[in-house]
Amino acid sequence: MRPIAILGAVVVAFLPLVAGTYGTTLLNYVGMSALVALGLVLLTGVGGLTSFGQAAVVGLGAYATAWLSAQGYSPWLGLLLALALTGGITALLGAATLRLGGHLLPLSTIAWGLALFFLFGNLEMLGQHNGMADIPPVRILGFALLSPAACFYLIWLLLGACLLLCANLLDSRQGRAIRSLRGGTAMAESLGIDTFRVRLVVFVIAGLLAGLSGWLLAHVQRFISPTAFDVSQGIEYLFMAMLGGAGHIMGAVLGAAVVTFARDALQDLLPHVMANSGPVEIIVFSALFILVVQFARGGLIPAVSRLLPARKPAPIADAPPLKRRPPPAPGTPILSVRDAEKRFGGLLAVNRVGFDLAAGEILGLIGPNGAGKSTMFNLITGALPPTGGRITFLGEDITGARARRIAALGMARTFQHVRLRPTMTALENVMLGTHLRTHAGTLRGALRLDRAEEAMARAEALRQLDRVGLAEDAHLQAGNLALGRQRVLEVARALAADPVLIVLDEPAAGLRKLEKDALAALLRQLRAEGMTILLVEHDMDFVMGLVDRIVVMDFGTRLAEGPPAAIRADPAVQEAYLGGVA
Amino acid sequence: MTTELALLLAQDGVATGAIYVLVALGIVLLFLVTRIIFVPFGDLVAYASLSLAALQAGQLPGTIWLVAVLAVLAAVFEAAGLLRAGRLNRLPRALALWLVLPLLPAALALGLAGRDIGDAAQVLLTLALILPIGPLLYRIAFRPIADAPVLVLLIVSVVLHFAISGVALLCFGPDGARPRPLTNAVVDVAGMIFPGQALLILAASLIAGVALYVFFTRSLTGRALRATALNRVGARLVGIRPGVAGVVAFLAAGLLAGLSGILIGPVTTLFYDSGFVLGLKAFVGAIIGGLVSWPGAVLGALFVGQLESFTAFYNSAFKEVVVFAVLVPVLILRSLASPAEDDEEAEEL
Amino acid sequence: MTALLSASGVHAGYGHVEAVRGVSLDVPAGGVVTVIGPNGAGKTTLLAALMGLLPATGHVTYDGADLADLDVEDRVAAGLCLVPEKRELFAEMSVADNLLLGAYAHRRDRAGIARGLDDVYARFPRLAERRAQRAGTLSGGERQMLALGRALMSRPRLLMLDEPSLGLAPLIVREIFHIIAGLCETGVAILLVEQNARAALQSATYGYVLEGGEIALHGPASDLLHDPRVSATYLGGDAH
Repeated sequence: MRPIAILGAVVVAFLPLVAGTYGTTLLNYVGMSALVALGLVLLTGVGGLTSFGQAAVVGLGAYATAWLSAQGYSPWLGLLLALALTGGITALLGAATLRLGGHLLPLSTIAWGLALFFLFGNLEMLGQHNGMADIPPVRILGFALLSPAACFYLIWLLLGACLLLCANLLDSRQGRAIRSLRGGTAMAESLGIDTFRVRLVVFVIAGLLAGLSGWLLAHVQRFISPTAFDVSQGIEYLFMAMLGGAGHIMGAVLGAAVVTFARDALQDLLPHVMANSGPVEIIVFSALFILVVQFARGGLIPAVSRLLPARKPAPIADAPPLKRRPPPAPGTPILSVRDAEKRFGGLLAVNRVGFDLAAGEILGLIGPNGAGKSTMFNLITGALPPTGGRITFLGEDITGARARRIAALGMARTFQHVRLRPTMTALENVMLGTHLRTHAGTLRGALRLDRAEEAMARAEALRQLDRVGLAEDAHLQAGNLALGRQRVLEVARALAADPVLIVLDEPAAGLRKLEKDALAALLRQLRAEGMTILLVEHDMDFVMGLVDRIVVMDFGTRLAEGPPAAIRADPAVQEAYLGGVA
Repeated sequence: MTTELALLLAQDGVATGAIYVLVALGIVLLFLVTRIIFVPFGDLVAYASLSLAALQAGQLPGTIWLVAVLAVLAAVFEAAGLLRAGRLNRLPRALALWLVLPLLPAALALGLAGRDIGDAAQVLLTLALILPIGPLLYRIAFRPIADAPVLVLLIVSVVLHFAISGVALLCFGPDGARPRPLTNAVVDVAGMIFPGQALLILAASLIAGVALYVFFTRSLTGRALRATALNRVGARLVGIRPGVAGVVAFLAAGLLAGLSGILIGPVTTLFYDSGFVLGLKAFVGAIIGGLVSWPGAVLGALFVGQLESFTAFYNSAFKEVVVFAVLVPVLILRSLASPAEDDEEAEEL
Repeated sequence: MTALLSASGVHAGYGHVEAVRGVSLDVPAGGVVTVIGPNGAGKTTLLAALMGLLPATGHVTYDGADLADLDVEDRVAAGLCLVPEKRELFAEMSVADNLLLGAYAHRRDRAGIARGLDDVYARFPRLAERRAQRAGTLSGGERQMLALGRALMSRPRLLMLDEPSLGLAPLIVREIFHIIAGLCETGVAILLVEQNARAALQSATYGYVLEGGEIALHGPASDLLHDPRVSATYLGGDAH
């Protein structure tokens, strides 16, 4: 743990002594809100999914325990019920809605959020609009947690534990998968990450945190009513997460603290200024929220952390290597494409194209712009299903298979428009590539039981960075690298998957001469190490000096095939490249 | 259930559904042109109804304060933008458009305060007061982030609702108000009694639906508005200004909201915060209809009316639960019908 | 002939990447000028900058007036028209609607729009056949025709074409260049950006070769056509 975190924990432990009863009560609300906001940090800030309905999930937890307590059971059983209910219901809602794209998912959260809210307000067993009162306090070893200070330690201990677990999680295999969700799924799927499952996991984690907060709320406040769980409260939780800094764990605590204390100050101040202060408070918060979205989408944490001394990255210890795939003998057939066809509406983008690729070979797939190269590429890597033909990889039929399965078989790819996670370090981006070679799940990651495997993955990532010449950039954010280095970083990520075949989509596009030369040298070196490479490219200069064999595509069909010299002399190829109206 | 009862419920459902149709049309209109899911649309409806009630009661509607604040903010935004771009020569025009023009109806209302100007004039004044709100909100809250992902626009939209319903509480107080109906006539159709105002709503919603459909599919201006949402760059390349298209859409939507408020208010009392649930129910209808289809929005909203009417009969407490819960299966069906594409635009919040 | 469009020292790019570095070129009224060069040379960026779609520095005049203060929409109204590489059609609208929207800048002149529509249908009989079809369902060649047709509806004085032959079969490419030649005869100036160097140089009077965001070579099109440095740019080789 960082010294600053320990210092923070010690300061927090003494807070009730100086804050007084009222201050402690406020701090309790900060802690309970921070739990919900923490879930939203994971969900929205890290995972890129937005929920407006989180307050309703808090309500589920609160009502579950309140109802069970009313039947005379212990609050601890209530905790179990609250977590089971929030976990179960968010899993169901997630399974139903997490495939929704774009704005439909957040809209559905408004819908179920409202449905739950109205349910709370109308069920007789939950006290309808009056809510439920006389909820018993939590008891520990016979001692009832009645005073704000007693509640404070329960709340903040739980919050501290959750913060620690979440921080651990984000720094693990599953956490990297969550962080890879933002900005489209194609890249993650191509590394073998089941993005739907990862979304579901983070959705349920956010639900459990909200449920825990609800359980606390019921037993700390000792009464609950539906108004605390409506959509406006859900927006407030979202505001806390975004204000603090939606991408940072501590943003949840900071955001919850700022909002809670600012609200309290407003409630103190406004009645002196005007008679009708309730709505002004909402207006002020809404206006602030909009300003944050317009001018400071990153939130407060980035500004605060600039004041703190930069954290020195831990040196990467050497570790035993991850398991490797047995490499195929040179010359064995790797990939075979037969009569592949892809039709988009009226457009035949790939028209019965076929070629073979053997182990240890670099094959260039070239052609002028719009020739269908990229479509062919997508058919091979599983990004698009072909409308005809047959593709075999290492003896397995992969025609129309999903990208994830093809990745698991040993094919790794790069993207024409570099797809890295710009806020993750170069090392972390490459570690994403080891996803299929490692196995730690959510719980193992959160509990830090994955350290041996993590060390292996980290050492492997560093080895691959070193292999492509980026070792000294390991701890830089990928987004801060120049385009040439980003392209090479994608190659390192592909190598980290221990592939049999790597498929590169226009790796030279946008590179300067020197960068191209360096890239070509790297690919030659990989070939010497036995790697098989398929290169889609239209920079002829780059291709000619590098590859063993070339397949030329034009208008979706195969125009020519052969060694570079023959291709360069081929009049049909010259015609295709320089064009002509003759 | 007897046929008679079912008919009665269906009739009630049509009356409710017609209300949602008006609101759903406004929501679809804005989404089609601006990609914004304008959650505060329902609030504008409430503003219209409460403003008309205030005018009829001889009071000054609080709407003018909202308009005044928004106009000043918009003018500040415009001025700051022009200053940054070094185009201060355009300032007088910007101030005339964003400050003076929106304030004209408010000034008129202030000048006419306390005078009896007759029913028709009150209705027109209400419309004129509501009209500037949409474009001003667009200018202040959305134009600065026009290129943001739909998701960010949605978050701002939801937050905006809380701001302006808060203002509504300040302007109108917590009590609802019911403006006088435009007609007290009762129409007897084949033994079934229809209140005139309900028929007026139904007629208005159908006319608005047809008019919007015709405008957007037949007129060049309508097609141009639609084009900005389909392809922003393509629209600019043929000379359509997306910003102007947005303002036009918000003006049209404001008109629709004003009309809805004037028609709906006398049938169901609207409170300062009624707009949210009203808007969201209409929204459920619009989504059922596909969110980009006019006939779809009309049918979807009518379906929500029926759903509400029939569940209310069985258990009135759960009609909201059912209406909102039904959206989840609808969305799932929609996503199965057209799976989301892999959206690689970085959704940075 | 005086220059209709004259650019000097134009720099433009996306984000931190400067794709166009100090480009100067002239397009005479009624002339056909081509900018050729391999992929990634900055051709598309150059056109986007001239159209006002991208912020750019440098000096651009059109018809003698400085373009700096004009938005894209003002430039369209002034007769500047871009057919972008991505075509940017309204995929969910019909062919006829796409064409009508092309005339948006002249929307009050209904008779003129009708005449323009007839003219486009006469030039592209294929579009007339498909007028009710959704633009998104057209084939590549038809899309290009529609993009050209939509551009013509705006009555351009300077038409900027970005890779009009992109991905099209030879027969259609020939047709497209035929049309471009025909347009030129009606007095429209054309700035043609192409990868298909031969076809472009055969239809143009003057050519610029763009490489790495800079003009590497320029001269009368007929000279460039036989310049070995041009083919080296494309197929790689010793010219570097």
